[in-house]
Amino acid sequence: MRVLIPLPIALPLLAAGLSMALHRRTQAQRALGLGVLTASLAATVALLVRVHAEGPIAVHVGGWGAPIGITLVADLFAAVMLVVSAAMVLAVMVYSIGSPRTADHALFFHPLYLILAAGVSSSFLAGDLFNLFVAFEVMLSASYVLITLGGTRDQIRSGMTYVVISLLASTFFVTAVGLIYAATGTVNMADLAGKVGDLPAPVRDALGLLLLVVFGIKAAIFPLFFWLPDSYPTAPTPVTAIFAGLLTKVGVYAIIRTQTLLFPSDESGSVLLLGIAVATMVVGVLGAIAQDDVKRILSFHIVSQIGYMIMGLGLFTVAGIAGAIFYIVHHIVVKTTLFLVGGLVENATGTGALRRLGGLLHRAPIIAVLFLVPALSLAGLPPFSGFVAKLALVQAGMDADRYFVVGASLVVSLLTLFSMTKIWAGVFWGTPDEEPPLESARGDGRLSVPRLMVAPTAALVAISLAVAMSAAPLYDLSRQAAEGLVERTPYIQEVLGP
Amino acid sequence: MIAVLALAVGVLYAVGTYLILQRKLTQIVIGLAIMGHGANLVLLMAGGRAGRAPFSGTGDAFADPLPQALALTAIVITFGVAAFLLALSYRSWLLRHDDEVEDDVEDRRIARRANARADAG
Repeated sequence: MRVLIPLPIALPLLAAGLSMALHRRTQAQRALGLGVLTASLAATVALLVRVHAEGPIAVHVGGWGAPIGITLVADLFAAVMLVVSAAMVLAVMVYSIGSPRTADHALFFHPLYLILAAGVSSSFLAGDLFNLFVAFEVMLSASYVLITLGGTRDQIRSGMTYVVISLLASTFFVTAVGLIYAATGTVNMADLAGKVGDLPAPVRDALGLLLLVVFGIKAAIFPLFFWLPDSYPTAPTPVTAIFAGLLTKVGVYAIIRTQTLLFPSDESGSVLLLGIAVATMVVGVLGAIAQDDVKRILSFHIVSQIGYMIMGLGLFTVAGIAGAIFYIVHHIVVKTTLFLVGGLVENATGTGALRRLGGLLHRAPIIAVLFLVPALSLAGLPPFSGFVAKLALVQAGMDADRYFVVGASLVVSLLTLFSMTKIWAGVFWGTPDEEPPLESARGDGRLSVPRLMVAPTAALVAISLAVAMSAAPLYDLSRQAAEGLVERTPYIQEVLGP
Repeated sequence: MIAVLALAVGVLYAVGTYLILQRKLTQIVIGLAIMGHGANLVLLMAGGRAGRAPFSGTGDAFADPLPQALALTAIVITFGVAAFLLALSYRSWLLRHDDEVEDDVEDRRIARRANARADAG
């Protein structure tokens, strides 16, 4: 069954090559993409079942054994992330096919999208730091092109910021890999887990902080998030949705992986992380309140939500990390859905600016319903998935006596709800202050909502409701994943041998 | 030799940082490339004493090949992305006849607000 591990990387990569060859035949590209992404979703589900039953599985690519060769490792955390990301990639693919005004027709959209999917999967599976760097680069290179697809002036401007800041982070990453290799003589994470502990404390802290900065830039934590709200909204909707759902979370995944495996907390480390968490939450939500465009509000919320995940990690208890994992799963689904809904609004009216929108509750009630569920979930109202995720984090925080952080997270939830009502009041109630740009959107008539765009969005809403309904088993799963992260030995033994 | 290499890394990072802080996109691209070279040198130094070839000699007489393999991979990636950045800056020049990096939306809005206040006061 070890063959399952490389599949989520190999399938999309091979299909990307094939899709490139088919570049004038959009229909064939679509069929290929859908088929391959469905297959890789099935493979990840099988992998999750397997890992859940038997513990972590490792594959040594090319037969070169652990600390030297390339190792792919799937533990429970990685498997959960793989399943969620594969589902999102597939749903957004359907959405991009169904949407009349997006980049689906653009040259090389499909190959790039598949390469992005492969890069995300291989980041989750990477078993050594350098391989993680390569996986990041695969994912980012595809994202550089996707974010500037179309080549309009705004896209070029924000794309530049994005590319330059990501490239800077990559350079730091290479530096960190070099320094870690110089200090320990290995880049394999399981091997490092033992060797980093033997380093003098200052060296260890310096390396840990350098990696935190590298992944912090990708994850958009405070104070390294400035590039995000500016660059995400300009891309085509499916691209923004998949970036918002997955890319920053890959950064969070890398932070959790390295901080738990390589630098398990002492007291000072977790205080730093908790401080970062509170600052990220508060600054992100305040930024969101100040915006007046749907996609920009949502982009600032990505930053704010990252804070909750870092908060779970910063507690450094099993319950905290379990809460963080549950939160990531909930967040990926809900955030992707919200951006897709934002895309539906833009598709129907031609704009996302709140002052040019209004009254969509009567003119496109389906969009209103699709928005309401994830919006309330994001704010953390019961009975939605956000409530369960936040409850888990708050309880973990109380158990660890971190009352200040818990208080801050609750206040931020309230502010999140406020900014969601701002979108609700601006888009769905009232009348527009200015005419919307699309001719067809003026007047009071029903707005057009393509079925193939609604279907995947509705499916994601259903998934987020299912997350809330099956909260108990899912939380148990997150808890087991967190125990695996804290315990470390099963992971290390699987990679290096007993 | 290690001291010379370490000094070279320092200089490359300093020059790279200075260039990245400029507003012209061409300077930023060159800065990133130079900094990338610095990072590759760090990888090379991680392999141990300078001046030995990998896979030649026995025992401690040959250099560790792994960091060199890593450096090669990193060079290829930096090269690809630098080419993309150059294409991006060329596109920017076609669109605006200028390769300065523009202020972002937020900066412009704040600047406008400050100007409006100055006009009113």
